[in-house]
Amino acid sequence: MVRFENVGLRYGMGAEILRDISFEIGPQSFQFLTGPSGAGKTTLLRLILLSLKPTRGLISLFDRDAVSLNKDAITGLRRRIGVVFQDFRLLDHLTTYQNVALPLRVQGRDEFAYRAEVVELLRWVGLGERMNVLPPVLSGGEKQRAAIARALIARPELLLADEPTGNVDPTLARRLMRLFAELHKSGTAVVIATHDLALMDQFENARRLVLADSRLHIYE
Amino acid sequence: MNFMQSEAREKAERASSEPGLSRRQEVPLVPAASIAGRALVTVIAIMTFLAALTAGTAILIADAARGWDQSIAREMTIQVRPIPGHDLGAETAKAAAIARATAGIAEVKPFTKAQSEALLQPWLGSGLDLSELPIPRLIVLKLDRGKPLDAAALRKALDDEVVGASLDDHRFWMRRLAIMAGTVVVVAVVIFILVMIAMVLAVGFATRGAMAGNREIIEVLHFVGAADSYISRQFQRHFFRLGLRGGIFGGGLAILVFFLSGILSAFMRGTAGGTQAQVMFGSFELGSKGYVAIAVIAGAIAVTTGIVSRVIVFRHLRKLG
Repeated sequence: MVRFENVGLRYGMGAEILRDISFEIGPQSFQFLTGPSGAGKTTLLRLILLSLKPTRGLISLFDRDAVSLNKDAITGLRRRIGVVFQDFRLLDHLTTYQNVALPLRVQGRDEFAYRAEVVELLRWVGLGERMNVLPPVLSGGEKQRAAIARALIARPELLLADEPTGNVDPTLARRLMRLFAELHKSGTAVVIATHDLALMDQFENARRLVLADSRLHIYE
Repeated sequence: MNFMQSEAREKAERASSEPGLSRRQEVPLVPAASIAGRALVTVIAIMTFLAALTAGTAILIADAARGWDQSIAREMTIQVRPIPGHDLGAETAKAAAIARATAGIAEVKPFTKAQSEALLQPWLGSGLDLSELPIPRLIVLKLDRGKPLDAAALRKALDDEVVGASLDDHRFWMRRLAIMAGTVVVVAVVIFILVMIAMVLAVGFATRGAMAGNREIIEVLHFVGAADSYISRQFQRHFFRLGLRGGIFGGGLAILVFFLSGILSAFMRGTAGGTQAQVMFGSFELGSKGYVAIAVIAGAIAVTTGIVSRVIVFRHLRKLG
Protein backbone atom coordinates (compact mmCIF):
# COMPACT_ATOMS: atom_id res chain seq x y z
CA MET A 1 0.00 0.00 0.00
CA VAL A 2 2.78 2.43 1.00
CA ARG A 3 6.44 1.71 0.33
CA PHE A 4 9.43 3.90 1.17
CA GLU A 5 12.90 2.99 -0.08
CA ASN A 6 15.90 4.91 1.23
CA VAL A 7 13.91 8.10 1.44
CA GLY A 8 15.71 11.20 2.65
CA LEU A 9 14.44 14.71 3.15
CA ARG A 10 16.19 17.97 3.78
CA TYR A 11 14.99 21.56 3.61
CA GLY A 12 17.25 23.71 1.48
CA MET A 13 20.93 23.10 2.17
CA GLY A 14 20.35 22.00 5.77
CA ALA A 15 21.03 18.58 7.24
CA GLU A 16 18.70 15.70 6.40
CA ILE A 17 15.80 15.61 8.81
CA LEU A 18 14.82 12.14 7.59
CA ARG A 19 17.51 9.75 6.45
CA ASP A 20 17.37 6.37 4.71
CA ILE A 21 13.76 5.75 5.62
CA SER A 22 12.58 2.36 4.34
CA PHE A 23 9.34 0.67 5.33
CA GLU A 24 6.13 -0.74 4.01
CA ILE A 25 2.57 -0.33 5.16
CA GLY A 26 0.50 -3.28 4.10
CA PRO A 27 -3.24 -3.43 3.57
CA GLN A 28 -5.27 -3.87 6.75
CA SER A 29 -2.21 -3.25 8.93
CA PHE A 30 -2.17 -1.29 12.17
CA GLN A 31 0.89 0.63 13.31
CA PHE A 32 1.99 3.41 15.56
CA LEU A 33 4.48 5.99 14.38
CA THR A 34 6.28 7.30 17.39
CA GLY A 35 9.33 9.21 18.49
CA PRO A 36 10.21 12.32 20.46
CA SER A 37 8.71 15.67 19.59
CA GLY A 38 10.37 17.12 16.54
CA ALA A 39 11.60 13.74 15.34
CA GLY A 40 9.75 14.17 12.04
CA LYS A 41 6.52 12.20 12.56
CA THR A 42 4.34 14.85 10.93
CA THR A 43 6.88 15.28 8.12
CA LEU A 44 6.80 11.54 7.45
CA LEU A 45 2.99 11.62 7.31
CA ARG A 46 3.18 14.52 4.83
CA LEU A 47 5.56 12.46 2.68
CA ILE A 48 3.02 9.63 2.68
CA LEU A 49 0.34 12.15 1.68
CA LEU A 50 2.62 13.33 -1.15
CA SER A 51 2.39 16.90 0.06
CA LEU A 52 6.18 16.91 0.37
CA LYS A 53 8.67 15.61 -2.15
CA PRO A 54 11.62 13.60 -0.85
CA THR A 55 15.08 14.84 -1.74
CA ARG A 56 16.07 11.25 -2.45
CA GLY A 57 14.69 7.74 -2.41
CA LEU A 58 11.54 6.17 -3.77
CA ILE A 59 7.99 6.42 -2.52
CA SER A 60 5.21 4.34 -3.92
CA LEU A 61 1.58 4.65 -2.95
CA PHE A 62 -1.06 2.08 -3.78
CA ASP A 63 1.49 0.40 -6.07
CA ARG A 64 2.19 3.56 -8.03
CA ASP A 65 5.53 5.31 -8.10
CA ALA A 66 5.09 8.81 -6.67
CA VAL A 67 7.45 10.32 -9.25
CA SER A 68 5.17 9.27 -12.10
CA LEU A 69 2.02 10.76 -10.59
CA ASN A 70 0.48 13.94 -11.93
CA LYS A 71 -1.72 16.19 -9.80
CA ASP A 72 -4.97 14.53 -10.80
CA ALA A 73 -3.58 11.12 -9.96
CA ILE A 74 -2.38 12.42 -6.56
CA THR A 75 -5.89 13.78 -5.93
CA GLY A 76 -7.31 10.36 -6.77
CA LEU A 77 -4.93 8.65 -4.34
CA ARG A 78 -5.63 11.17 -1.57
CA ARG A 79 -9.30 10.24 -1.78
CA ARG A 80 -8.26 6.79 -0.62
CA ILE A 81 -6.49 8.23 2.42
CA GLY A 82 -8.10 9.72 5.51
CA VAL A 83 -5.99 12.10 7.52
CA VAL A 84 -6.38 13.55 11.01
CA PHE A 85 -4.18 16.57 11.56
CA GLN A 86 -2.58 17.37 14.88
CA ASP A 87 -4.06 20.89 14.69
CA PHE A 88 -7.41 19.54 13.35
CA ARG A 89 -7.49 21.85 10.29
CA LEU A 90 -11.25 22.31 10.47
CA LEU A 91 -12.64 25.11 8.29
CA ASP A 92 -13.92 27.73 10.71
CA HIS A 93 -16.69 29.02 8.46
CA LEU A 94 -18.27 25.59 8.03
CA THR A 95 -20.35 23.82 10.67
CA THR A 96 -19.24 20.54 12.19
CA TYR A 97 -21.58 18.71 9.81
CA GLN A 98 -20.21 20.55 6.77
CA ASN A 99 -16.63 19.93 7.85
CA VAL A 100 -17.21 16.22 8.26
CA ALA A 101 -19.05 16.02 4.93
CA LEU A 102 -16.24 17.88 3.13
CA PRO A 103 -14.42 14.84 1.64
CA LEU A 104 -17.71 13.65 0.11
CA ARG A 105 -18.68 17.11 -1.08
CA VAL A 106 -15.37 17.67 -2.92
CA GLN A 107 -15.97 14.37 -4.71
CA GLY A 108 -19.09 15.97 -6.16
CA ARG A 109 -21.50 13.69 -4.33
CA ASP A 110 -25.05 14.83 -3.73
CA GLU A 111 -25.78 15.83 -0.14
CA PHE A 112 -28.97 13.75 -0.07
CA ALA A 113 -26.85 10.67 -0.70
CA TYR A 114 -24.48 11.17 2.22
CA ARG A 115 -26.44 13.20 4.77
CA ALA A 116 -27.65 10.25 6.86
CA GLU A 117 -24.18 8.75 6.90
CA VAL A 118 -22.58 11.97 8.13
CA VAL A 119 -25.20 12.41 10.83
CA GLU A 120 -24.71 8.79 11.91
CA LEU A 121 -20.95 9.21 12.20
CA LEU A 122 -21.31 12.50 14.07
CA ARG A 123 -23.59 10.79 16.58
CA TRP A 124 -21.13 7.95 16.92
CA VAL A 125 -18.27 10.29 17.82
CA GLY A 126 -20.55 12.11 20.25
CA LEU A 127 -21.13 15.25 18.19
CA GLY A 128 -24.79 14.62 17.37
CA GLU A 129 -25.83 17.72 19.28
CA ARG A 130 -23.01 19.84 17.89
CA MET A 131 -23.43 19.28 14.16
CA ASN A 132 -24.68 22.79 13.43
CA VAL A 133 -21.99 24.50 15.49
CA LEU A 134 -18.98 26.29 14.03
CA PRO A 135 -15.52 25.00 15.06
CA PRO A 136 -14.48 28.10 17.07
CA VAL A 137 -17.29 27.21 19.49
CA LEU A 138 -16.15 23.57 19.87
CA SER A 139 -13.83 22.42 22.65
CA GLY A 140 -10.45 20.90 21.79
CA GLY A 141 -11.81 17.38 22.24
CA GLU A 142 -14.84 18.10 20.06
CA LYS A 143 -12.62 19.49 17.33
CA GLN A 144 -10.49 16.37 17.58
CA ARG A 145 -13.54 14.14 17.12
CA ALA A 146 -14.82 16.24 14.22
CA ALA A 147 -11.39 15.94 12.56
CA ILE A 148 -11.45 12.16 13.05
CA ALA A 149 -14.99 11.92 11.68
CA ARG A 150 -13.91 13.90 8.61
CA ALA A 151 -11.03 11.48 8.06
CA LEU A 152 -13.31 8.46 8.33
CA ILE A 153 -16.39 9.61 6.42
CA ALA A 154 -15.12 8.60 2.97
CA ARG A 155 -14.19 5.10 4.28
CA PRO A 156 -10.51 5.41 3.43
CA GLU A 157 -8.23 2.46 2.68
CA LEU A 158 -5.49 4.13 4.69
CA LEU A 159 -5.94 6.32 7.74
CA LEU A 160 -3.16 8.64 8.90
CA ALA A 161 -3.76 10.18 12.31
CA ASP A 162 -1.38 12.69 13.83
CA GLU A 163 -1.75 12.68 17.63
CA PRO A 164 -5.47 11.85 17.38
CA THR A 165 -6.01 11.57 21.11
CA GLY A 166 -3.85 14.47 22.19
CA ASN A 167 -6.72 16.69 23.26
CA VAL A 168 -9.25 14.26 24.70
CA ASP A 169 -9.73 12.71 28.11
CA PRO A 170 -8.65 9.08 28.67
CA THR A 171 -12.21 7.72 28.37
CA LEU A 172 -12.80 9.38 25.03
CA ALA A 173 -9.27 8.46 23.94
CA ARG A 174 -10.11 4.79 24.52
CA ARG A 175 -13.37 5.19 22.63
CA LEU A 176 -11.62 6.80 19.69
CA MET A 177 -8.98 4.08 19.70
CA ARG A 178 -11.75 1.49 19.62
CA LEU A 179 -13.09 3.34 16.59
CA PHE A 180 -9.69 3.08 14.91
CA ALA A 181 -9.50 -0.61 15.84
CA GLU A 182 -12.94 -1.20 14.38
CA LEU A 183 -11.93 0.64 11.24
CA HIS A 184 -8.82 -1.54 11.05
CA LYS A 185 -10.92 -4.69 11.42
CA SER A 186 -13.10 -3.54 8.56
CA GLY A 187 -10.05 -3.50 6.31
CA THR A 188 -8.48 -0.06 6.65
CA ALA A 189 -4.74 0.28 7.18
CA VAL A 190 -4.10 2.61 10.14
CA VAL A 191 -1.06 4.70 11.00
CA ILE A 192 -1.29 6.61 14.26
CA ALA A 193 1.46 9.08 15.05
CA THR A 194 1.74 9.52 18.80
CA HIS A 195 4.19 9.73 21.65
CA ASP A 196 1.61 8.50 24.16
CA LEU A 197 3.17 5.27 25.50
CA ALA A 198 0.04 4.36 27.50
CA LEU A 199 -2.01 4.53 24.34
CA MET A 200 0.40 2.27 22.48
CA ASP A 201 0.46 -0.20 25.35
CA GLN A 202 -3.27 -0.79 24.82
CA PHE A 203 -2.36 -2.28 21.45
CA GLU A 204 0.61 -4.44 22.26
CA ASN A 205 0.36 -6.35 19.01
CA ALA A 206 0.53 -3.24 16.89
CA ARG A 207 3.64 -2.60 14.88
CA ARG A 208 5.74 0.36 16.04
CA LEU A 209 7.66 2.63 13.74
CA VAL A 210 10.02 4.67 15.86
CA LEU A 211 11.67 7.79 14.52
CA ALA A 212 14.88 8.79 16.26
CA ASP A 213 17.98 10.65 15.07
CA SER A 214 16.38 11.13 11.63
CA ARG A 215 16.15 7.36 11.11
CA LEU A 216 13.29 4.91 11.37
CA HIS A 217 13.41 1.82 13.56
CA ILE A 218 10.73 -0.79 13.11
CA TYR A 219 9.49 -3.05 15.91
CA GLU A 220 7.15 -5.74 14.65
CA MET B 1 -18.22 -0.42 7.83
CA ASN B 2 -21.31 0.38 9.90
CA PHE B 3 -20.58 2.94 12.55
CA MET B 4 -23.82 2.17 14.36
CA GLN B 5 -26.49 -0.46 14.64
CA SER B 6 -29.64 -0.26 12.54
CA GLU B 7 -31.80 1.31 15.28
CA ALA B 8 -29.33 4.12 15.73
CA ARG B 9 -29.08 4.52 11.96
CA GLU B 10 -32.86 5.01 11.77
CA LYS B 11 -32.59 7.71 14.42
CA ALA B 12 -29.83 9.35 12.46
CA GLU B 13 -31.90 9.25 9.28
CA ARG B 14 -34.78 10.84 11.14
CA ALA B 15 -32.41 13.52 12.38
CA SER B 16 -31.13 14.07 8.87
CA SER B 17 -34.64 14.81 7.68
CA GLU B 18 -35.06 17.58 10.24
CA PRO B 19 -36.10 20.82 8.56
CA GLY B 20 -32.93 22.60 9.63
CA LEU B 21 -30.79 20.03 7.86
CA SER B 22 -32.96 19.33 4.85
CA ARG B 23 -33.03 22.97 3.81
CA ARG B 24 -29.28 23.33 4.27
CA GLN B 25 -27.75 25.45 1.55
CA GLU B 26 -24.35 24.64 0.17
CA VAL B 27 -22.04 27.03 1.99
CA PRO B 28 -19.23 28.45 -0.16
CA LEU B 29 -15.91 26.79 0.63
CA VAL B 30 -14.14 30.11 0.08
CA PRO B 31 -15.50 32.34 2.83
CA ALA B 32 -16.93 35.59 1.48
CA ALA B 33 -15.41 37.57 4.35
CA SER B 34 -11.90 36.45 3.36
CA ILE B 35 -12.01 38.44 0.13
CA ALA B 36 -12.00 42.21 -0.09
CA GLY B 37 -15.40 41.85 -1.75
CA ARG B 38 -16.79 45.32 -1.25
CA ALA B 39 -13.67 47.00 -2.65
CA LEU B 40 -13.62 44.66 -5.64
CA VAL B 41 -17.34 45.16 -6.31
CA THR B 42 -16.72 48.94 -6.25
CA VAL B 43 -13.79 48.63 -8.68
CA ILE B 44 -15.80 46.37 -11.01
CA ALA B 45 -18.80 48.73 -10.79
CA ILE B 46 -16.62 51.72 -11.75
CA MET B 47 -14.99 49.77 -14.58
CA THR B 48 -18.37 48.57 -15.85
CA PHE B 49 -19.73 52.10 -15.67
CA LEU B 50 -16.78 53.48 -17.67
CA ALA B 51 -16.92 50.62 -20.19
CA ALA B 52 -20.70 51.01 -20.62
CA LEU B 53 -20.40 54.79 -20.90
CA THR B 54 -17.68 54.44 -23.54
CA ALA B 55 -19.63 51.81 -25.46
CA GLY B 56 -22.87 53.83 -25.25
CA THR B 57 -21.13 56.98 -26.46
CA ALA B 58 -19.53 55.04 -29.32
CA ILE B 59 -22.96 53.70 -30.29
CA LEU B 60 -24.47 57.22 -30.20
CA ILE B 61 -21.69 58.68 -32.33
CA ALA B 62 -21.68 55.75 -34.74
CA ASP B 63 -25.44 56.15 -35.20
CA ALA B 64 -25.01 59.92 -35.73
CA ALA B 65 -22.19 59.31 -38.22
CA ARG B 66 -24.43 56.90 -40.11
CA GLY B 67 -27.04 59.68 -40.23
CA TRP B 68 -24.44 62.10 -41.58
CA ASP B 69 -23.38 59.60 -44.21
CA GLN B 70 -26.99 59.28 -45.32
CA SER B 71 -27.30 63.09 -45.44
CA ILE B 72 -24.23 63.25 -47.69
CA ALA B 73 -25.95 61.01 -50.14
CA ARG B 74 -29.23 62.94 -49.89
CA GLU B 75 -28.74 66.70 -49.83
CA MET B 76 -26.90 69.70 -51.26
CA THR B 77 -27.57 73.43 -50.91
CA ILE B 78 -27.36 76.39 -53.29
CA GLN B 79 -26.73 79.67 -51.54
CA VAL B 80 -27.64 82.88 -53.38
CA ARG B 81 -26.09 85.97 -51.79
CA PRO B 82 -27.68 89.42 -52.30
CA ILE B 83 -25.55 91.47 -54.71
CA PRO B 84 -26.38 95.18 -55.10
CA GLY B 85 -28.05 95.89 -58.44
CA HIS B 86 -29.46 92.39 -58.80
CA ASP B 87 -32.86 91.06 -57.85
CA LEU B 88 -32.29 88.33 -55.26
CA GLY B 89 -35.68 86.72 -55.94
CA ALA B 90 -35.00 86.50 -59.67
CA GLU B 91 -31.49 85.13 -59.15
CA THR B 92 -32.88 82.52 -56.75
CA ALA B 93 -35.54 81.48 -59.27
CA LYS B 94 -32.86 81.24 -61.98
CA ALA B 95 -30.70 79.03 -59.78
CA ALA B 96 -33.68 76.83 -58.93
CA ALA B 97 -34.47 76.43 -62.62
CA ILE B 98 -30.88 75.37 -63.40
CA ALA B 99 -31.03 72.86 -60.56
CA ARG B 100 -34.33 71.42 -61.78
CA ALA B 101 -32.85 70.96 -65.22
CA THR B 102 -29.83 69.09 -63.88
CA ALA B 103 -29.85 65.30 -63.92
CA GLY B 104 -29.45 63.57 -60.54
CA ILE B 105 -31.55 66.02 -58.56
CA ALA B 106 -34.88 64.68 -57.38
CA GLU B 107 -36.29 67.73 -55.66
CA VAL B 108 -35.51 71.45 -55.55
CA LYS B 109 -36.83 73.45 -52.62
CA PRO B 110 -36.07 77.20 -52.63
CA PHE B 111 -36.53 78.91 -49.26
CA THR B 112 -38.67 82.02 -49.35
CA LYS B 113 -37.52 85.26 -47.77
CA ALA B 114 -39.62 84.54 -44.69
CA GLN B 115 -38.23 81.03 -44.40
CA SER B 116 -34.66 82.30 -44.70
CA GLU B 117 -35.28 84.86 -41.96
CA ALA B 118 -36.85 82.14 -39.81
CA LEU B 119 -33.58 80.21 -39.98
CA LEU B 120 -31.86 83.08 -38.16
CA GLN B 121 -34.48 83.26 -35.45
CA PRO B 122 -32.72 80.86 -33.01
CA TRP B 123 -29.66 83.16 -33.03
CA LEU B 124 -31.15 86.64 -33.38
CA GLY B 125 -34.47 86.12 -31.63
CA SER B 126 -37.97 86.90 -32.87
CA GLY B 127 -39.72 90.19 -33.43
CA LEU B 128 -36.81 91.86 -35.25
CA ASP B 129 -37.17 93.61 -38.58
CA LEU B 130 -34.67 91.76 -40.78
CA SER B 131 -35.70 93.41 -44.04
CA GLU B 132 -32.62 95.67 -43.99
CA LEU B 133 -30.20 92.80 -43.54
CA PRO B 134 -28.61 91.18 -46.60
CA ILE B 135 -29.85 87.68 -45.88
CA PRO B 136 -28.86 85.08 -48.47
CA ARG B 137 -31.46 82.64 -49.86
CA LEU B 138 -31.04 78.92 -49.69
CA ILE B 139 -32.19 76.30 -52.16
CA VAL B 140 -32.17 72.77 -50.76
CA LEU B 141 -31.53 70.09 -53.36
CA LYS B 142 -32.65 66.52 -52.66
CA LEU B 143 -30.46 64.21 -54.66
CA ASP B 144 -31.73 61.29 -56.68
CA ARG B 145 -29.85 58.23 -55.45
CA GLY B 146 -30.55 56.40 -58.66
CA LYS B 147 -28.78 58.92 -60.91
CA PRO B 148 -25.30 60.32 -60.40
CA LEU B 149 -25.01 64.09 -60.12
CA ASP B 150 -22.29 66.02 -61.96
CA ALA B 151 -21.67 68.55 -59.16
CA ALA B 152 -18.82 70.27 -61.06
CA ALA B 153 -21.09 70.97 -64.06
CA LEU B 154 -23.85 72.31 -61.81
CA ARG B 155 -21.36 74.54 -59.99
CA LYS B 156 -20.06 75.90 -63.32
CA ALA B 157 -23.59 76.52 -64.64
CA LEU B 158 -24.48 78.45 -61.47
CA ASP B 159 -21.25 80.48 -61.59
CA ASP B 160 -21.88 81.35 -65.24
CA GLU B 161 -25.58 82.15 -65.08
CA VAL B 162 -26.51 83.24 -61.55
CA VAL B 163 -24.99 86.24 -59.80
CA GLY B 164 -23.97 85.54 -56.18
CA ALA B 165 -24.79 81.82 -56.30
CA SER B 166 -22.56 79.12 -54.86
CA LEU B 167 -23.10 75.41 -54.57
CA ASP B 168 -22.59 74.26 -51.03
CA ASP B 169 -21.49 70.67 -51.27
CA HIS B 170 -21.93 69.16 -47.79
CA ARG B 171 -19.98 66.13 -48.70
CA PHE B 172 -16.57 67.52 -47.88
CA TRP B 173 -17.59 68.63 -44.38
CA MET B 174 -19.77 65.64 -43.75
CA ARG B 175 -16.93 63.34 -44.69
CA ARG B 176 -14.63 65.11 -42.30
CA LEU B 177 -17.26 64.79 -39.59
CA ALA B 178 -17.74 61.14 -40.42
CA ILE B 179 -13.96 60.55 -40.21
CA MET B 180 -13.91 62.38 -36.88
CA ALA B 181 -16.81 60.25 -35.68
CA GLY B 182 -15.00 57.11 -36.84
CA THR B 183 -11.92 58.23 -34.92
CA VAL B 184 -14.02 58.83 -31.80
CA VAL B 185 -15.49 55.33 -32.13
CA VAL B 186 -12.01 53.81 -32.50
CA VAL B 187 -10.81 55.77 -29.45
CA ALA B 188 -13.88 54.56 -27.54
CA VAL B 189 -13.10 50.95 -28.46
CA VAL B 190 -9.48 51.41 -27.32
CA ILE B 191 -10.67 52.93 -24.03
CA PHE B 192 -13.11 50.05 -23.63
CA ILE B 193 -10.31 47.53 -24.15
CA LEU B 194 -8.05 49.38 -21.68
CA VAL B 195 -10.84 49.44 -19.09
CA MET B 196 -11.34 45.69 -19.55
CA ILE B 197 -7.60 45.05 -19.19
CA ALA B 198 -7.52 47.17 -16.01
CA MET B 199 -10.48 45.21 -14.66
CA VAL B 200 -8.86 41.86 -15.45
CA LEU B 201 -5.70 43.01 -13.65
CA ALA B 202 -7.74 44.16 -10.63
CA VAL B 203 -9.52 40.80 -10.50
CA GLY B 204 -6.14 39.08 -10.84
CA PHE B 205 -4.72 40.97 -7.86
CA ALA B 206 -7.86 40.29 -5.82
CA THR B 207 -7.75 36.58 -6.71
CA ARG B 208 -4.10 36.28 -5.70
CA GLY B 209 -4.91 38.09 -2.46
CA ALA B 210 -7.83 35.74 -1.84
CA MET B 211 -5.63 32.72 -2.48
CA ALA B 212 -2.99 33.97 -0.08
CA GLY B 213 -5.67 34.61 2.54
CA ASN B 214 -7.16 31.15 2.06
CA ARG B 215 -3.94 29.17 1.81
CA GLU B 216 -4.91 26.90 4.71
CA ILE B 217 -8.35 26.21 3.27
CA ILE B 218 -6.81 25.28 -0.08
CA GLU B 219 -4.37 22.95 1.69
CA VAL B 220 -7.18 21.24 3.60
CA LEU B 221 -9.23 20.90 0.41
CA HIS B 222 -6.26 19.23 -1.26
CA PHE B 223 -5.82 16.82 1.64
CA VAL B 224 -9.47 15.79 1.62
CA GLY B 225 -9.20 14.98 -2.08
CA ALA B 226 -10.35 18.13 -3.87
CA ALA B 227 -9.06 18.45 -7.42
CA ASP B 228 -7.50 21.70 -8.60
CA SER B 229 -10.44 22.19 -10.96
CA TYR B 230 -12.87 21.87 -8.04
CA ILE B 231 -10.98 24.43 -5.93
CA SER B 232 -10.69 26.88 -8.82
CA ARG B 233 -14.45 26.47 -9.44
CA GLN B 234 -15.07 27.56 -5.86
CA PHE B 235 -13.12 30.75 -6.47
CA GLN B 236 -14.82 31.24 -9.84
CA ARG B 237 -18.26 31.00 -8.28
CA HIS B 238 -17.38 33.55 -5.66
CA PHE B 239 -15.76 36.02 -8.05
CA PHE B 240 -18.60 35.61 -10.56
CA ARG B 241 -21.03 36.75 -7.87
CA LEU B 242 -18.84 39.76 -7.08
CA GLY B 243 -18.52 40.52 -10.80
CA LEU B 244 -22.27 40.25 -11.27
CA ARG B 245 -22.93 42.65 -8.40
CA GLY B 246 -20.35 45.12 -9.73
CA GLY B 247 -21.71 44.72 -13.27
CA ILE B 248 -25.29 45.33 -12.16
CA PHE B 249 -24.30 48.45 -10.16
CA GLY B 250 -22.03 49.91 -12.87
CA GLY B 251 -24.22 48.94 -15.82
CA GLY B 252 -27.36 50.12 -14.01
CA LEU B 253 -25.75 53.48 -13.30
CA ALA B 254 -24.69 53.85 -16.95
CA ILE B 255 -28.23 53.00 -18.12
CA LEU B 256 -29.57 55.61 -15.69
CA VAL B 257 -27.11 58.23 -17.02
CA PHE B 258 -28.12 57.58 -20.65
CA PHE B 259 -31.79 57.51 -19.73
CA LEU B 260 -31.53 60.88 -17.94
CA SER B 261 -29.45 62.29 -20.84
CA GLY B 262 -32.24 61.28 -23.20
CA ILE B 263 -34.82 63.04 -21.05
CA LEU B 264 -32.59 66.12 -20.69
CA SER B 265 -31.95 66.16 -24.44
CA ALA B 266 -35.69 66.01 -25.15
CA PHE B 267 -36.24 68.78 -22.62
CA MET B 268 -33.59 71.00 -24.30
CA ARG B 269 -34.67 70.20 -27.85
CA GLY B 270 -36.12 73.69 -28.43
CA THR B 271 -32.93 75.53 -27.44
CA ALA B 272 -30.07 76.45 -29.77
CA GLY B 273 -27.49 74.37 -27.85
CA GLY B 274 -29.86 71.43 -27.71
CA THR B 275 -30.45 71.58 -31.45
CA GLN B 276 -26.68 71.66 -32.14
CA ALA B 277 -26.08 68.75 -29.80
CA GLN B 278 -28.86 66.87 -31.53
CA VAL B 279 -27.22 67.48 -34.89
CA MET B 280 -23.95 66.06 -33.52
CA PHE B 281 -25.17 63.16 -31.44
CA GLY B 282 -28.70 62.56 -32.60
CA SER B 283 -31.42 62.60 -29.99
CA PHE B 284 -29.09 61.34 -27.18
CA GLU B 285 -31.43 58.42 -26.91
CA LEU B 286 -29.48 55.22 -26.77
CA GLY B 287 -32.34 53.05 -27.90
CA SER B 288 -32.97 49.42 -27.03
CA LYS B 289 -29.84 48.31 -28.91
CA GLY B 290 -27.65 50.48 -26.66
CA TYR B 291 -29.33 49.33 -23.45
CA VAL B 292 -28.99 45.70 -24.51
CA ALA B 293 -25.30 46.38 -25.26
CA ILE B 294 -24.79 47.74 -21.73
CA ALA B 295 -26.57 44.73 -20.21
CA VAL B 296 -24.37 42.42 -22.29
CA ILE B 297 -21.25 44.32 -21.14
CA ALA B 298 -22.30 43.95 -17.48
CA GLY B 299 -22.93 40.22 -17.97
CA ALA B 300 -19.69 39.76 -19.89
CA ILE B 301 -17.76 41.51 -17.12
CA ALA B 302 -19.29 39.17 -14.51
CA VAL B 303 -18.41 36.11 -16.61
CA THR B 304 -14.92 37.49 -17.31
CA THR B 305 -14.38 38.11 -13.59
CA GLY B 306 -15.30 34.50 -12.79
CA ILE B 307 -13.23 33.01 -15.60
CA VAL B 308 -10.16 35.15 -14.84
CA SER B 309 -10.19 34.14 -11.19
CA ARG B 310 -10.67 30.49 -12.11
CA VAL B 311 -7.79 30.50 -14.60
CA ILE B 312 -5.47 32.27 -12.15
CA VAL B 313 -6.31 29.89 -9.30
CA PHE B 314 -6.01 26.82 -11.50
CA ARG B 315 -2.65 27.90 -12.90
CA HIS B 316 -1.36 28.76 -9.44
CA LEU B 317 -2.44 25.40 -8.03
CA ARG B 318 -0.83 23.56 -10.95
CA LYS B 319 2.37 25.50 -10.34
CA LEU B 320 2.27 24.50 -6.67
CA GLY B 321 2.04 20.89 -7.75
